[in-house]
Amino acid sequence: MFEEKLIPLERWITTFVEWLVDNHREFFQLIKWPVEQTLSGFDTGLNAIPPVIVILFLAICAWRFSGWGLAVFTLVAMTFIGFLGFWEDTMTTLAMVLASVLFCTIVGVPFGIATGRNDRFEKILRPFLDAMQTTPSFVYLVPIVMLFSVGNVAGVLATIIFAMPPIIRLTSLGIRQVHPELVEAALAFGATRTQVLLKVQIPLALPTILAGLNQTIMMALAMVVIASLIGAGGLGSPVILGLNTLDIGLAVVAGLSIVLLAMVLDRITQSMAGKKYE
Amino acid sequence: MDKIIIQNLYKIFGPDPDKAIKALQNGDTKQDIHEKTGMTVGVDNANFTIQEGEIFVVMGLSGSGKSTLVRMLNRLIEPSSGKILINGQDITRMTHDNLVQFRLKNMSMVFQSFALMPHLTVLENAAFGLALAGESKGKREERARDALSQVGLQGWEGHYPKQLSGGMQQRVGLARGLAVDPDIILMDEAFSALDPLIRTEMQDELLTLQENSDRTIVFISHDLDEALRIGDRIAIMEGGRVVQVGTPEEILQNPADDYVRAFFRGVDPTNVISAGEIVTNTHPTIVKTRKGGIRATLELLNAKDFNHGYVLNSRHQFLGIVSVDSLQQAVEDNRTREPIDTCFLPDVHTAMTHDNMQDILPEVASRPWPVPVVDENNIFRGVVSKNRFLKTLHKSEKHLPV
Repeated sequence: MFEEKLIPLERWITTFVEWLVDNHREFFQLIKWPVEQTLSGFDTGLNAIPPVIVILFLAICAWRFSGWGLAVFTLVAMTFIGFLGFWEDTMTTLAMVLASVLFCTIVGVPFGIATGRNDRFEKILRPFLDAMQTTPSFVYLVPIVMLFSVGNVAGVLATIIFAMPPIIRLTSLGIRQVHPELVEAALAFGATRTQVLLKVQIPLALPTILAGLNQTIMMALAMVVIASLIGAGGLGSPVILGLNTLDIGLAVVAGLSIVLLAMVLDRITQSMAGKKYE
Repeated sequence: MDKIIIQNLYKIFGPDPDKAIKALQNGDTKQDIHEKTGMTVGVDNANFTIQEGEIFVVMGLSGSGKSTLVRMLNRLIEPSSGKILINGQDITRMTHDNLVQFRLKNMSMVFQSFALMPHLTVLENAAFGLALAGESKGKREERARDALSQVGLQGWEGHYPKQLSGGMQQRVGLARGLAVDPDIILMDEAFSALDPLIRTEMQDELLTLQENSDRTIVFISHDLDEALRIGDRIAIMEGGRVVQVGTPEEILQNPADDYVRAFFRGVDPTNVISAGEIVTNTHPTIVKTRKGGIRATLELLNAKDFNHGYVLNSRHQFLGIVSVDSLQQAVEDNRTREPIDTCFLPDVHTAMTHDNMQDILPEVASRPWPVPVVDENNIFRGVVSKNRFLKTLHKSEKHLPV
């Protein structure tokens, strides 16, 4: 029965995206601009700072939020990446992750708070979040390329979309988990809605929000590697190159660097989120 | 002076409160309305007055609408219809801004679940209301410290709520309510989550705090003993209606209807008061060690001039009772190196904390030793002596209708 194709959806989509590209180029350039500035700032900065200082900074963060074990691990892992010859690529990847996570946080936390406090808004947003999270990551890349062309910035934009849902969802969850009696108590003592948010809901949701940040960082790291398919730099490029030339050694070593960087970022942010009030 | 005047106050939960109110006025019951419209009657035409400086207890079983009623006083729940005059001002007509000011300055609240902010220290919790009002750090901490010392919590300022016992947490809740120096404190089942001993202690403290104050307290409770103990006047609620308002004596002597009568019928103190509520902790307890300790225990009892000692294990579970005689016998027989178990008295029975006085009477009466009271986990909670038993009986007799 399905011999005839009645719904040429793909043609409509193509037409729509082409229309966007032709008529709303300026709008997309406007979106692109802050991301571009932030990314190039991070990238130049991280590559200008001597590696020793970056490594020590990460190790101190690890020590501060977790302890000696993680600090030593961070030190060893990052030094190892350096000696593998991937320091610059790693810093580019880190810059892309930081830039995407920054924008995810700036957009995601307010959205999360709004969905946490408003049931209707949550219902509206939920299908979008589901779509953002479940759409295969490769699918993003085509319209992104059409709208923003190729390169690091386009990669970061794809990453922002892909990595945003967890921070929205967990911020919302964190706000919802605040015991209603605490909100009631604050209101009874004369808190305004803003005070309830700033003095009760956000502080109490913070561990959950940080867990969301951790998830967002992990997803961003996964996506910036895939973004190499549209010409983004960093640790993804050697992986793609290794794939194309069947250079197994290159691909595995670059992959190993990604894993180590992921472990360092994951452990540090996880221990940030783990601080609870005892 | 009339502090709070409540007139024709209704609360209906549902889409069309006016319709339900009309139905109530036409004689429909709460059940009728729920069946016909699905709406729930929270409070049905409440009318009463609360005097300045009194402790006014609103009593009723769960679902009687007492929590809804008290939350309408500070409009955490919006009334469906009616007036609430506080200091002559109708708070149901207040604008949101005025209401916020009113909550900041005139009224505070103490909650059953304490509702302390887990991320704030004891001091910051006590200063919470003042911080909302924008009070300077120095001033609010000074007043919070003062409030904490009123409830006996000085020295705990830097701790977090989770580090405190339930009783202490509720002291913080009380201090938070006192710190803003309100003229009205709403207390929603404030002591119901505490164990009986601490509950009585907190009731006493509330009475002491209230002694030299013209603060008005509206206290919600489902516990008759509590109502009789602390209430200057009591309102009894059933199914959203206030069925009677009066002093404890008035209500005891002239119950308005069968519901109220039923409340008080069971007030034979030996039926109401549980062993856990009257235990004392003055008797010496001995934690059993691996070594004998018979001689040391004997000396302890002699030094404190008690005839009996209660032996517990390291987890405070009750093991047995020793007496001066049984220990003395062991010393004379040169058995001091044997475990203390050898000196336990025979035929010892424990009472449970939830047993009422009636249950434990035979044991208390027939034994020379005060009866040990344990909880479900066999943890020792104290003892009930004959003396204590009689004193409790005597005290509560005053409450009984003649």
